[in-house]
Amino acid sequence: MARVIIMGGGVSGHTAASFLAKWIGKKHEIIVVTPNALWNWIPSNIWVGVGDMSKSEVTFPLAPVYKKAGIDFRQAKAVSINPEGKESSDDAFITIEYTGQDKEEQREEITYDYLINATGPQLNFQATDGLGTAGHSGDHTVSVCSADHAVHASQELKICIEKMKAGERQTFLIGTGHGMCTCQGAAFEYIFNIEHKIKQEGLRELADITYITNESFLGDFGMGGIHFNTGGYTTSSKIFAESLYAERGMSWILGAHINKVEEGKVTYETLDGEINEQEFDFAMLIPPFGGVGLKAYGKDGVDITETIFAPNGFMKVDADYTPKPYEEWKPSDWPRTLQNQDYKNIFAVGIAFAPPHIISKPMSSPNGTPINPTPPRTGMPSAMMGKAVAMSIRDMINDVSIEPTHTASMAEMGAACVASAGKGIFKGTAAAMTVYPIIPNFEKYPGTGRDNNGTTGEIGLAAHWIKHILHFGFLWKAQMKPGWTLIPE
Amino acid sequence: MSKSDHIKHIEPYSPQFGAMIPGKFQKFLRTCVLWQLVRFVAINIRMTILILKSHH
Ligand SMILES: Cc1cc2nc3c(=O)[nH]c(=O)nc-3n(C[C@H](O)[C@H](O)[C@H](O)COP(=O)(O)OP(=O)(O)OC[C@H]3O[C@@H](n4cnc5c(N)ncnc54)[C@H](O)[C@@H]3O)c2cc1C
Repeated sequence: MARVIIMGGGVSGHTAASFLAKWIGKKHEIIVVTPNALWNWIPSNIWVGVGDMSKSEVTFPLAPVYKKAGIDFRQAKAVSINPEGKESSDDAFITIEYTGQDKEEQREEITYDYLINATGPQLNFQATDGLGTAGHSGDHTVSVCSADHAVHASQELKICIEKMKAGERQTFLIGTGHGMCTCQGAAFEYIFNIEHKIKQEGLRELADITYITNESFLGDFGMGGIHFNTGGYTTSSKIFAESLYAERGMSWILGAHINKVEEGKVTYETLDGEINEQEFDFAMLIPPFGGVGLKAYGKDGVDITETIFAPNGFMKVDADYTPKPYEEWKPSDWPRTLQNQDYKNIFAVGIAFAPPHIISKPMSSPNGTPINPTPPRTGMPSAMMGKAVAMSIRDMINDVSIEPTHTASMAEMGAACVASAGKGIFKGTAAAMTVYPIIPNFEKYPGTGRDNNGTTGEIGLAAHWIKHILHFGFLWKAQMKPGWTLIPE
Repeated sequence: MSKSDHIKHIEPYSPQFGAMIPGKFQKFLRTCVLWQLVRFVAINIRMTILILKSHH
């Protein structure tokens, strides 16, 4: 009997665990180590953040789901990996520290045959002075990265709405809290939902709404922008995004690295080297992401973290990490099997794997401050990586192959993204975007780097319906309710 | 009522001044239930093709 441990029960880890349990769970052991008792459908946190959904509508308890699926659930965080075992044993193991199940702070070693790192991002609020501490936003701004953060954001928003009802003008600042952030999509969705909410309240004239971003142009999204076929033109996402903001009377600040957050004010540096300030009454600023800080040790106890992990804390896999200039980046730099090359029984999926480089063009201010989006790893690619790695491990355990049998390269897959612009069965809208492939391939698709037939974007009520259906669909799938395998990743 | 009533004042030479602004008909289509039912089917087909192309 083989044992597979999945560290992290979010989008990618939960997908891998569910499929492994279904395919090989009867004969082999599947363990999920994840620190939260509740599973969160993160994309719907946007609606929690404007008070349109409650925390309970976007979360569910994991324990009963895992019990039914035959998955051994450890409510704990992984602390370290010993891929070679220790002096007394050759068995590879991880060390975990419990956060629940009445074993808080207790440590345990668990051996594994295969290990999947799906620990997602560490929310590095502390990277910007005044933005917060590791994992938590500070006193001046809010976040929507977790369901609890989003509940807090909605409470703060409510206070602003009350002030506007009393005739007080309010300034909203939404965007990225550091020059090296990713996840612009979440900030994009949140600003549109805030605007929609305020409009619904009849208070739009009293709100100044500004987007601040590390993107050098609106619509970069950390992917170097996208081109859609629309109205007989191949149109850049810059045009698409600028139109959406301008239509709603929202302004934007581009190429910004926020270096300080104070009560009601941010100080930021721009790509042209200027230092500016922007005041706010309400600010939601996404933190930069890093790896969760897992350590690795050799058999003799020597720290081998740098062998397995990149300096940003993400796990190295089968990518080409050779440093090279932007002009020499190739789609083949991106990992395919997501297998660690030093320890072939370890894989990393979703946000946890180390990208070979960013996707957008690297940029910095004249002072040398890097200001560019880091690569997004959204829900669909994350889940697809989880499933591909689950298939490979299943086949390796079943002796079908000694090498991974499936791939999930961001250079060979597309992403579908539905970004909400406001909720409502008849008045809601969302932007439905598809991009293929995620990593531009200028050799295969000269011109825009992407397949023009697979790269599309439009805004409307239909996309909102899809977003809402996805909310229910993915929560259904994650709870492994009847027919869950029919819902695609 | 002038034809451009749907456009609020945009400060000349501001970044927003260079943006494309949708007209009334375009905005109407975005929440027109009949048209959006058609778009719903179209977007779903598009996404299904994308998913099929992406699995390896
Ligand atoms: C507000 C917001 C809105 C978004 N909206 C969209 C959207 O509309 N569409 C879309 O495609 N994507 C969206 N995303 C992105 C999407 O949420 C991520 O792509 C996806 O969650 C990444 O999956 P993951 O498994 O890599 O990480 P996660 O889903 O974050 O999962 C990581 C898991 O690991 C756990 N963990 C952390 N540390 C440890 C440890 N030491 N040991 C064990 N476990 C650990 C965490 O608790 C978590 O459960 C959004 C993100 C945000 C923040």
